[in-house]
Amino acid sequence: MRVVIVGAGQVGSSIAADLADVHEVVVIDSDAERVEDMNYSHDVLAIAGDGTAVSTLEEAGVDDAGMVIASTDDDETNIVVCSTVKAISDAFTIARVKNTEYLRTWQRSKKAFGIDFMVCTNLLAAESIVRIIGLPAARDVDPFAGGRVQMAEFEVAENSPVSNVTIREADRFEALTFAAILRNGTVEIPRGETVIQPNDRVVVIGTPKSVQEFARTVAPDESPGTAEEVVVVGGSEIGFHVARLLEERGFRPRLIERDPERARNLAEKLPDTVVMESDATDTEFLEREHVGDADLVVAALESDEKNLLVSLLAARIGVERTVAVIDTTEYVDLFEAVGVDVGVNPREVVAEEITRFTREGGAENVALIESDKAEVLEIEVDDASVLAGREIRESIQQLPEGVVVGAITRDREFITPRGDTVVEAGDHVVLFVDAAVVSEVTPEL
Amino acid sequence: MKLRVDYRASLSLVGSILKYLAVPLCFPLLVALYYGETVVPFAVTIPLTVVLGAGLERLDPDPDIRAREGFLMVGLTWLSVAVVGAVPYLIEAHGIPPAVAPVRPASTLGNPANALFESMSGFTTTGATVLGEISFDAHTRGIMMWRQLTQWLGGMGIVVLAVAILPELSVGGAQLMDAEAPGPGIEKLTPRIAETARALWGAYIGFTVLEAALLYGLFLLGIDPNLTLYNAVAHALTTMPTGGFSPEARSIEALSAAAQWIIIPFMVAAGVNFALFWHALTGDPRHVFEDTEFRSYVGVMAALTALLSVLLFTGAGFTASAPADGTFDAAYLGEVSGIIVGQVEPTLRHAAFQVVAIVTTTGYASIDFNAWSTPAKYVLLFAMFIGGSAGSTGGSVKVVRWYVIVKSVRRELYTTAHPEAVRPVRLAGRALDERAIRGIYAFTLLYLVIFFVATGLLFLDGVRHGQTLTLLETMAAAASTLGNVGPGFGVAGPMGSYLGFSNAAKLFMVALMWIGRLEILPVLVLLTPEYWRR
Repeated sequence: MRVVIVGAGQVGSSIAADLADVHEVVVIDSDAERVEDMNYSHDVLAIAGDGTAVSTLEEAGVDDAGMVIASTDDDETNIVVCSTVKAISDAFTIARVKNTEYLRTWQRSKKAFGIDFMVCTNLLAAESIVRIIGLPAARDVDPFAGGRVQMAEFEVAENSPVSNVTIREADRFEALTFAAILRNGTVEIPRGETVIQPNDRVVVIGTPKSVQEFARTVAPDESPGTAEEVVVVGGSEIGFHVARLLEERGFRPRLIERDPERARNLAEKLPDTVVMESDATDTEFLEREHVGDADLVVAALESDEKNLLVSLLAARIGVERTVAVIDTTEYVDLFEAVGVDVGVNPREVVAEEITRFTREGGAENVALIESDKAEVLEIEVDDASVLAGREIRESIQQLPEGVVVGAITRDREFITPRGDTVVEAGDHVVLFVDAAVVSEVTPEL
Repeated sequence: MKLRVDYRASLSLVGSILKYLAVPLCFPLLVALYYGETVVPFAVTIPLTVVLGAGLERLDPDPDIRAREGFLMVGLTWLSVAVVGAVPYLIEAHGIPPAVAPVRPASTLGNPANALFESMSGFTTTGATVLGEISFDAHTRGIMMWRQLTQWLGGMGIVVLAVAILPELSVGGAQLMDAEAPGPGIEKLTPRIAETARALWGAYIGFTVLEAALLYGLFLLGIDPNLTLYNAVAHALTTMPTGGFSPEARSIEALSAAAQWIIIPFMVAAGVNFALFWHALTGDPRHVFEDTEFRSYVGVMAALTALLSVLLFTGAGFTASAPADGTFDAAYLGEVSGIIVGQVEPTLRHAAFQVVAIVTTTGYASIDFNAWSTPAKYVLLFAMFIGGSAGSTGGSVKVVRWYVIVKSVRRELYTTAHPEAVRPVRLAGRALDERAIRGIYAFTLLYLVIFFVATGLLFLDGVRHGQTLTLLETMAAAASTLGNVGPGFGVAGPMGSYLGFSNAAKLFMVALMWIGRLEILPVLVLLTPEYWRR
């Protein structure tokens, strides 16, 4: 397949390098020097020119390209590239944006801007940070339905309160479905009388809050849960999303922002976060607010150097773990060497996401369990689906074994699926499907 | 000095509204015709208001309303409507030749101060009365219907009604409604303000018709022989505006228990933000129950009802014996308390009815709460300061303001411990602008200051006038008129009247009702030199 990448910055070149061995890659960039670099360092065709111009796109051969990835540093350029491509070809378009408003527009209507898949740098970076912070007992956490549904995989330890307990006894959470038990490499669909054994892995699907609650039940010692103290330094977009996502998981983080207006703005948007208007390098303030007692500090200021400083300062006053946002890829290893526990590079995260997506192919939101033993899919139910307009109890009979309806969202509201729940067309359903029956099940949905 | 306010434009619009006051005046005229009574009070007032209105209207053929003119217009509208509304009372009390109407006992409304008090009390939905005798022997059915109708007109707001029907008010209508509407700010339901005003009045009319039908249904079913069509309509006309006038001398006590149970939910509905009904009809009804103000409103009424029920059930809510000054009948006290102490249904009914009636500022009475003990009365005095929801027909401070004050005080306590914390005050998840919070503080403080000053002045006037008023009674009279509640305690109790106050005190209370209905600031701003200066 021919893949056209517009923008040969860090994200673009990283994707190009990843895809070059399988696909025919063409890179467009307006910087002639970068283009030359590309041509010499990777097995791709690099063209100098304006990616929003039809002539350049035609020169790159979008007519018979299978995919176009707009990955410049400018949101609007990326959007215009995708629109232009959609107007002149049938290629699948992927756009990278920083502004989450564009993402929201696109999520409302997937036809917006002519973009088939959109990745948001700030949101992805925040998500990967939160994944590091969140659910210590969880092996894997994936968001569905725009974050309203979460799939999580937990390992049950010997001393866990849920080991040697039946599913019926363990199921004390209203918005949680037990999707599967992974035992000795096999996937088992749990019934009420199934006993959870030590060393089982339990896959649950539910609201972020209920998953969090379950995490606390599975491993009360390991996961301090909401008691975990997180301090986010810097109210950048990433800092904001980290706090927001933590709120969704039931944390009550603290966020330090120096600019009064931005602080007020964030405080309005984040009801469960304590926003403090102060300089994070003010040691007197840090002491007074006992920031040193925090379990984790996320440095999300706009500058790499400041993030390093904040992380080192935090470690010095006793914070257990520090995570820093690092914009410059080369600094990541360096910062981790001098004392930052985890460095997160937003561009790297985005490049990974786009690469992962292009590899998987297809627009469904998918998570793989145990590398291919099972899949968790999110689908939008249409009238033709076997699920539409009937009770789950009834429709599940028509599907092979190994399928569990994990969660339903309707008009952005979470609905806990039970046997008598009627699925309507337009609902988003998150399903757990055993890998053995995936190909059989997918057409029915 | 040249004035910056275009008072001609304001007066002209006041004229337009006055002119249209002739339309509702036709209703009691028809009632009078139906019962074969004198139509003179209305036959005189109708042309009078049309001429006066048209005259004022000519002051400015093309009135241009801006914020300043809006305040003046709204303030003057309520004042002039009350003045015109008093005319039928005066005419009825004076000079109707015996040939036209049978001789009746002298009406207390012959005193212009009394007539104005009654009219202002009606339009502001206060429900405080100075009628010496509430009966059809003393007053015609037409006049009594006019009294009910003034409350109904004032409830949802005369200016809102004007915005709904007068095209020239569509520009600037939002400002006008803001100056009149209860609660901080107005909520536009539709892009066009006239449509919003119509939607609000539509819901209001709908509820009124429904209540009248249900009450009349009780009559048709033979459950309550007292609820004739006249009475059913009259009570619906004064429940929905949270008014509280009743053509019955004993207020709602004259009606059956079933009627009282029917009236309770209608009073509750009248105190709800009418925008919520609109949302319930056009959107998701569940959201109504998620509304913060609605929940606090229902919660506070439930809590007070529970408290009062306990007091009444155990008998602690009643004075052990009649007071020495004989302000009420000892035999009656025994009769009332004997009926409800230890009885579940009547206790609950009277507690709920009285709490709802006071919180929503309707001011109906299902029982003479004058006979209650001081603690029970204090519960009601406290309730007088709560008020209905913003955008309802209820008066007083409003639940939403108290809610915001409680939340911001909690914020204050938090930021004392954590000076760097930035904590917006949230209302239903939405952060409130700090200016709005300041406005709420200013309003509430001003409300309480006016209440205390008014209490003092009324007390002094009582002494001057030779009236023996207790402090509780004075406080209740001030809170009741300022909050547009209606009845107080003692002489001004639910079965009594404000007749005993001096003319000066009555006129002062007319002003209290006026500024209370318009929520203080729109009226007070008219008194500042900055408002008038260029």
